[in-house]
This record gives sequence, structure tokens and C-alpha cells, in this order.
Amino acid sequence: MAAGNYEKYKSDGSLGGNLLEWVDARFPATSMWKGHLSEYYAPKNFNFWYFFGSLALLVLVIQIVTGIFLVMHYKPDAALNAAGVPIAFASVEYIMRDVPGGWLIRYMHSTGASAFFIVVYLHMFRGLIYGSYRKPRELTWLFGVGIFLVLMGEAFFGYLLPWGQMSYWGAQVIVNLFGAIPVVGNDLSILVRGDFVVGDATLNRFFSFHVIAFPLVLLGLVAAHVLALHETGSNNPDGIEIKANKDENGIPRDGIPFHPYYTVKDIVGVVVFLMAFSAIMFFAPEGAGLFLETPNFYPADPLKTPLHIAPVWYFTPYYSILRAIVWNFFGLDAKFWGVVAMGASVVIFAFLPWLDRSPVKSIRYRGPITKVMITLFVICFFILGYLGTQAPSPMGELVSQICTVFYFGFFLGMPWWSRMDKFKPVPERLTTK
Amino acid sequence: MKKLLISLLFAPLMAFAAGANIHLDKWPGSVKDQAALQNGAKLFVNYCMNCHGASFMRYKNLLELGLTEQQVKDNLMFTSDKIGDLMMVAARHDEQKKWFGATPPDLTIVARARGELGNAGAGADWLYTYLRTFYQDDNRPSGWNNVAFAAVGMPHVLWELQGTQVMNPETHKLELAVPGKMAPAEYDKAVSDLVSFMVWMGEPGQEYRRTLGWFVLAFLGVLFVLAYALKKEYWKDIH
Repeated sequence: MAAGNYEKYKSDGSLGGNLLEWVDARFPATSMWKGHLSEYYAPKNFNFWYFFGSLALLVLVIQIVTGIFLVMHYKPDAALNAAGVPIAFASVEYIMRDVPGGWLIRYMHSTGASAFFIVVYLHMFRGLIYGSYRKPRELTWLFGVGIFLVLMGEAFFGYLLPWGQMSYWGAQVIVNLFGAIPVVGNDLSILVRGDFVVGDATLNRFFSFHVIAFPLVLLGLVAAHVLALHETGSNNPDGIEIKANKDENGIPRDGIPFHPYYTVKDIVGVVVFLMAFSAIMFFAPEGAGLFLETPNFYPADPLKTPLHIAPVWYFTPYYSILRAIVWNFFGLDAKFWGVVAMGASVVIFAFLPWLDRSPVKSIRYRGPITKVMITLFVICFFILGYLGTQAPSPMGELVSQICTVFYFGFFLGMPWWSRMDKFKPVPERLTTK
Repeated sequence: MKKLLISLLFAPLMAFAAGANIHLDKWPGSVKDQAALQNGAKLFVNYCMNCHGASFMRYKNLLELGLTEQQVKDNLMFTSDKIGDLMMVAARHDEQKKWFGATPPDLTIVARARGELGNAGAGADWLYTYLRTFYQDDNRPSGWNNVAFAAVGMPHVLWELQGTQVMNPETHKLELAVPGKMAPAEYDKAVSDLVSFMVWMGEPGQEYRRTLGWFVLAFLGVLFVLAYALKKEYWKDIH
């Protein structure tokens, strides 16, 4: 076919012919447009929860574009300026005050960081309730978990850059965690920092990771995530395969072309999202101290340890799990097991496709056990998140331990409780209201 | 059942409202009060800037408070003669460290830094309380102590205005032992003005930001109506 096209539309170099056909003979423009948009058939019953994939893509673009402009005036330099303030910290305030429109770009980026996690958590929750990770979409899910991990790294590196007190001490605490790993731990944390303490070398390497390495990996994973999804087709709130029921042209009877139907629908989602985003960005850019932690308005001071060091909200559930582990096992320090538990609490999401043994995918056709388990899991996640923002207390420690046990119980017990439930019959075709 | 679960879900967020353990007096001022901001700028430059810098601010930012360049140059610029200069402190950091035991921090964004989790605006209340609760304490090197910031290194720079407060050892309340140039109500107003200035200085563009926000939300509101109509039009045949 390609050869035929080439003969037919061979260009003589003029634009008089059909430019699109000229391009198509050399690049799969039209076939990609069709395959991913105008002839990509998506289930017609997507609900509220299906906005967050496209919104995550939107936030990714916001972060990249605002990031490009921030780098133009940001200086990753821990040295002190004439006023005795670290240059990195001062350059952020310079962006906020002296760069025209800089405050807007910076607030978009700082609000975007939290928005990214809100959107991604809701996107993951959608996958959880509708069984989107189940066969045949395991790879889509795995790429997604990869995106989540890289996003956490991206956020962690980025948080050091303003070089405020929480930037500095948060990085100090987290990098020190590597020290808990037996034998190689100390060398590993020195390798990560590039110094014996968090310093200029750390700031510069984190800057490099934040603006080059991790965004590159992130973009690659996002492409893989979308390609894998478009190979299998999307799941839906009913959790049934629309490809099982096709018309004579081979088009799923319950599918509608992504474009224009879901592009116009997602525009509505985008506008609503931007309203919420703007409400925070213009009226409460600190997000009540959750999006921009107030101690981070103090420049980093290596000689002054804050009384209470808390990560940003999106890390606090895992931080709570880290702090919940207070027992030494097998002669290894509790800190080590805390790190293991924290790492496991994130990585365990990757195993969901194989832990879930329910005969149906969607929560709509699953019984009370599933509903109760997922609700309790979400409550535990919120409680852990809340406790992670607070200073340690004996009561908080106990509660976080209970929640940690349930958090892991939810996953590790899933092969059993997901099978035990009562199930409703799954319909042949999609249900619409 | 569903409602109960949802309320349980958000219960932890409510608890954010709980804050620090010292009682903070509510700052009564506003960043929209231009006269207060001008008075606050005068107090800041005359009293605070002897030791503290505001090194992210430029003198020309003060023009936004309704002052002319000449007014700023004549009344508010003591260490510089260029309106575009940063508001730096004249004293040297290493010497300051010798005098006070610590370098006085830069104050440009201290009102934001003193905010709390759950209440980012609490920094103003903290400053308003701090600047009014100095009391005489002969055990401190400077002769002063503070309720909001125990064992603070900073002396009571505004004592001339407020007078001298002492801590009553029985009631644990502050009492004015020697009156200052200002009556207590006058002094509270002056501190409120100073805090107004510091809140404004934390982000001079904050009023513009909020104004712009309303326009953006209005635009998005219109866009929502159009986007929703477009979606309805396309989807009318999908059942």
C-alpha cells in the first residue's frame, strides 16, 4: 500500500497537490490520527472518574511549560548572596517579584505539583474501583505505576529547588533514610547527596534530575501508558469488554470515536478543573499550608533544624507508614524496616492485577466485602496522610500502625477477600442511565 | 451509610484548624488600607531596617503604596539613593551575629513564613502578637523577653512608643509599668499598620493576583457554558 501511495502522490515539489497525502506517504499522520482519536473507539458510558486521565496529561503539559520558563530565572546555587540569603532561594523570590508574570508561572507550577497528585490519585482510584488493571490491561497499569514512581521522584527533587527550610530538611531526612540500608547505606546516601550533608552539589544534581532526567523518563512512560491502553481499548464503569460485541464493520457496538465525543467532553472537564485550579492559585496559593508549606518561606539553614519536619501532603501517607514501624527485626534497625515498608507501600500497587481474583472487574457487580474494603482503604489512606503532616505522638503512632496493618492487609489479603464476595451478574452490553 | 463514610473521610482535614499553643491576637488590619501601609512602611524603615533587611524588596515597590518617588527618597531611603535598589540593611552580618547572638533574619516574607498548616494567614496574627508582647526581663542579655517568642534575641525596638511592660508573676499577664509615647490603643494601631506593611511586602502583587483571579474565573465560567453546550450538541445522538 505504501508503495502504491508513493507512486500515486509522488510530489514534484510543489504544494499544488494534496499536502496531507504527500505527508501520509512519508509519515503515518492520518493513520495515527485515526488510530488514536477519530477511530479509537471508547466505551460510551465513561463517567466522572474518567476525566482524570486527560487531566493528568493537561497538568503534565502545564508543569513542563511553566517549568521551562521558571528555569530561565531560577538559579540552583546554595551560596549566599550579598544579603546573606542563598541564591537559589533569592532567585525564586526574584521570579515572584521582579520577573513580569513570574508569580503566575511560579504559582502555576507549585499548584500544578499538588494538582498532579490529586488528579493521579483520583485516576488510580478509578482503576481500583472498576478493575481497570485486570487482564488484558496489566501493562497499562504497570506503566502507570511507573509513572507514579517517577512522579514521586520528580516531586521530591523539585521540592529541594526553592531551597527553603522544608526543602532542605525534608531532603536531608529522606536521603538519610538510605543510610538505614545495611552495608551500602552510608555510601549510597553520600552518592545521592554528592556530599556529606545536603549542599550545593545536592541542589545541582537534584536540579538536573528534576529538569532533564525524570521528565524524559516520565514522557516516555506516558507514551507507553497511552499506547498500551489504545492497544487493548479502555475499560469502563461496567468492567465489560466492548470489543466482545462488534458490528459488521468490526466497530464495537458500545464504542464511540474518542474524537469528537470524548474530546468535547474532556474540554468540559478541563474547564471545571481549571476553575478549581484557578481558585486555589489566585486566592489561596499556599493551599492552607499544604501546597506551599509555610516554613519553606524561610531560607534553608543547615544550622537550624526545624522542630517538626513534614513532607508535602502527597507523600505523607507513606511517611506515616515509615514512622509507624518502630520495632527492630532480625537485628536490623527499625528505621530500615520503616524504609522497606514505605517502599513496599508504593510498589505494592504494581501487583494489583495479580492480587485481584474477583470474577468481575467493576465494583458495580461486586458485593459488600469489596465496597467495605475499598472504603476502609481510602479512610486509612486519608488518616495516614493526615498523621504524616503532624508531629509524632503516641496516639498518632498507634493509629498509624493500625492503618499500616490494614493498608498492607488490603493488598495481601486481596487474593482471598476479592474471591469471597457476592457477585451480581454482569450484563452483556454497557449500561447507560 | 454513605454520608457517614464521607464525613469520616474528611474528619482528619477538620483537625488542621488546630494550631500552635500560644494564644495569638487577631491582626485587625488590612492590606487594602493605603494609609496604614504607608504608616507601616515608615515604621518598618525607621525601626526594623536598622538591623533587618527586606532584601527581596526594591524601594520602587513602595511607589505602589501611593507615594511619589520624591517622597520615598526623602522619607524612606536612608541607605541608598537609587530607587531601584534592594532594601538592604546597612549593618554587616558577622557583626550583627556578635551583637545579638544570631543574624537578624530577612523580613521580606516573614509574614508568610510564620503562617501555620491550615491557616496560611496566621503569620500576621503572630507578628501582631509578637510586637505587642515584649516585657522587661533582667535575666536576658538584652533586658527583654517576649511572650510569643520566648528568649528572643531581639530587644524591644519599639519600647519608646509602647513603654515598658512587665510580667506579673502571679497573674502571668503583662502590665504596662512605664507608659511610652503612645497610648496602648495608639500603639496597637501602629503595630497593626506595621504588620499590614509586612503582609503586603510578603507579596506586593497579592491584591492584583486576587483581582486577576476573578477575571479568570469569570472567563472560565463563560467558557464552561460554551463547552457544555458543545458537548450536549455532539452527544445528543448517543444513547
